[in-house]
Amino acid sequence: MWIDPSRPAERALVTHGHADHARSGHGAVWATPETLAIMALRYGTEMGTPVPYGEGFEHGGVKISFHPAGHVLGSAQILLEHAGERVVVTGDYKRRFDPTCTPFEPVACDVLITEATFGLPVFAHPPIEGEIAKLLSAREANVDGCIVVGAYALGKAQRVIAELRRAGYDAPIYIHGAMQKMCELYVAHNVPLGELIMATGLAKAELKGAIVIAPPSAMNDRWARRLPDPITAMASGWMRVRQRARQRNVELPLVISDHADWTELTDTLLELRPSETWITHGRTDALGRWCELHQLKARALDLVGREDEDEG
Amino acid sequence: MQAFAALIDGLIYTRSRDLKIRLIADYLRVTPDPDRGWALAALAGTLNIATVKSAAIRAMAEERFDPMLFRMSRDYVGDTAETVALMWPDNSGSAAAPTVSEVIDLLNSTSRARAPAVLAELMDRLDANGRYALLKLATGGMRVGISARLAKTAFGQAFGVSVDDVEEVWHALRPPYAELFAWGEGRTERPDPADSAFFRPFMLAHPLEDGSVQLDDFVAEWKWDGIRIQIASTGGETRLFSRGGDEVTASFPEIAAAFNGIGVVDGELLVRGEVQGGEAASFNALQQRLGRKNVTVAMQAEYPVFVRLYDILFDGAEDLRSQPWTARRDRLELFTANLDSARFDLSAVIEARDFEHLAEIRAAAREAAIEGVMLKRRDSPYLAGRKVGLWYKWKREPLVADCVMMYAQRGSGKRSSFYSDYTFGCWTEEGTLLPVGKAYSGFSDEELKWLDRFVRNNTVARFGPVREVEKSLVLEVAFDAVHQSKRHKSGVAMRFPRISRLRRDKPAEEADTIAALRAMFD
Repeated sequence: MWIDPSRPAERALVTHGHADHARSGHGAVWATPETLAIMALRYGTEMGTPVPYGEGFEHGGVKISFHPAGHVLGSAQILLEHAGERVVVTGDYKRRFDPTCTPFEPVACDVLITEATFGLPVFAHPPIEGEIAKLLSAREANVDGCIVVGAYALGKAQRVIAELRRAGYDAPIYIHGAMQKMCELYVAHNVPLGELIMATGLAKAELKGAIVIAPPSAMNDRWARRLPDPITAMASGWMRVRQRARQRNVELPLVISDHADWTELTDTLLELRPSETWITHGRTDALGRWCELHQLKARALDLVGREDEDEG
Repeated sequence: MQAFAALIDGLIYTRSRDLKIRLIADYLRVTPDPDRGWALAALAGTLNIATVKSAAIRAMAEERFDPMLFRMSRDYVGDTAETVALMWPDNSGSAAAPTVSEVIDLLNSTSRARAPAVLAELMDRLDANGRYALLKLATGGMRVGISARLAKTAFGQAFGVSVDDVEEVWHALRPPYAELFAWGEGRTERPDPADSAFFRPFMLAHPLEDGSVQLDDFVAEWKWDGIRIQIASTGGETRLFSRGGDEVTASFPEIAAAFNGIGVVDGELLVRGEVQGGEAASFNALQQRLGRKNVTVAMQAEYPVFVRLYDILFDGAEDLRSQPWTARRDRLELFTANLDSARFDLSAVIEARDFEHLAEIRAAAREAAIEGVMLKRRDSPYLAGRKVGLWYKWKREPLVADCVMMYAQRGSGKRSSFYSDYTFGCWTEEGTLLPVGKAYSGFSDEELKWLDRFVRNNTVARFGPVREVEKSLVLEVAFDAVHQSKRHKSGVAMRFPRISRLRRDKPAEEADTIAALRAMFD
């Protein structure tokens, strides 16, 4: 039994639908119904056993249950219980409000296996309302052009759209073709996104004053050439660091992340106070140092091939 | 402070020069005095807060943060000020943000020892962007890709005045430039600084790229390999300025003391060399005198400096700049006759029958201090900056170009602890830098130490072993030839490039263009 195996495994528990966690080709898969739907969309006909939040099953004497992680639609922490010992694998998580998914629930445990994507004290994600306001005022100042927002196709894109709606923006939002199916999946899971129009194939004049959401990979590509005077925005936690934004030719950095920032990571450790913490995904060294300073037992769990910056 | 912070961030993320100018102009129009004046000074590089050095920022960080977490963060972010600004706990909700002038006043009225504490209190009143702007303002290194010229251009655009008019009085004014804004807004006449000795912008030359000029129209002088210097004196006060308009009076006190004229003159500062029989020595000798704030009597004796004059801008209070070169030359000869000949002489005019003859004379010149030939239109007025068709420089072989250091990498072997391999670039038409070559020789051991320190202190990003540096250091690169290249983004490749000297006196935006390199194709 593996959790988020990076190679095809006979039995896999999958925390959420991002490609570096949910790979194709496993024998048996256990995941939340939403994650299974996302995997089916991405990989075709794959099937698995749905495990709704709060529910579980037993395998080889271990009780396995799934709990909300607040990262993207369907994302889960996995609790393993055996002989009175509780191990929680957070997967990717955040603790901020997100209209597109179920909020994180802290799960008491003895061992916490935590992510640390933004595990440096420089990462503090600001309130999303301010970032959305920045996006809207940039649009107003550039009605003859458009704003193209780089956002990961699963999760970030839908969250940005839903937050724009929450801020009262009810004009159509234009999306890159690669996002259409995922947006439809979100809507089918009761996440309203308002009117979405495919940007692909539209004339420049039709996109004047528009907000266009595209995967980061499309932004500096030929696809973006059809846009009228676009301002390049990027919705990512990495945008907190100026040089990172400049390296990617971003003109309007939006610090919007689906991961826990430094304070969320450390507050979660203080809240749960596990007797042992294993750190994976990202800055294991810095979060490990913090644990040392706070007399929490911790060690780094090194995984390979686990850095996908577009996902930040 | 928030408006200033928003301006700084806007400038960081905006690539277009026109948009940058508009951002600055908008800010200058709506921001009250004296905030906008301090901001203008910060952008133009004329703001200097003596109590805060970058060490103060590090001291403040080390007091607040775990050193290991700080180091990890610093390594990731690549910039100390930004790291501190991001790591600082956000308390900004509880207190009113300071204004720019409040920041300046507080920092200027404290001591170096107290400065970190004052800074820390200010940090607590700002959000992350405000804290970044504060630290950049306090240390003076804005790094937002703005030259002094661009800041003045933005001022001109904000108030509908010409940038040349701004330039003319700029160096006589001090931050926060209240008189300048009063003039810009039409509340007063342009400031008249006639009774002080201040810098006027230099007239510059284009390289002579193709063909020749008619010597009936142009006069030829030697191009001297020293540093360009302007001497301005009101009689009571004499000041020396380098190319960028920085005052260098203290570096060459003997020149200022010996100057007994009243007016403004333009010339080349050179060192007399013994091997040259008392004539001008090479640039290397002069380098011993550069970059020193104070010089000893021994230095003055060992490296005696003098100024070779070639133009006069003001004779007394009389502005000669609109007169033709021939008329100015006559006045310069009379003016120089009354100066101490040990410290001041005239740059001789080269007598040549025609251009071919001049080419022969140029090819035969072997003196170390001769860099080539200057060609000046006989009827040229003295105009600020580089104007087409008036002055040309015709440098001697080998080919050289002024390039800007972009990246540096450690050397190997004996040099493995030094950043000794440099990638340098030239400007595109659009005003961006593209790499044109890489060099790792041509400098002395002393220069290598200086270069290594420059790289470490001016790193803006790291890519594995490569450091990207602040694009501020001009390297004169000598090379045997330059060819078209499809393999390089710049489209040019140099043959045997080496650093021929460090042009610490030259602003990066005046480095050569890629077009200039193309003009040197075989």
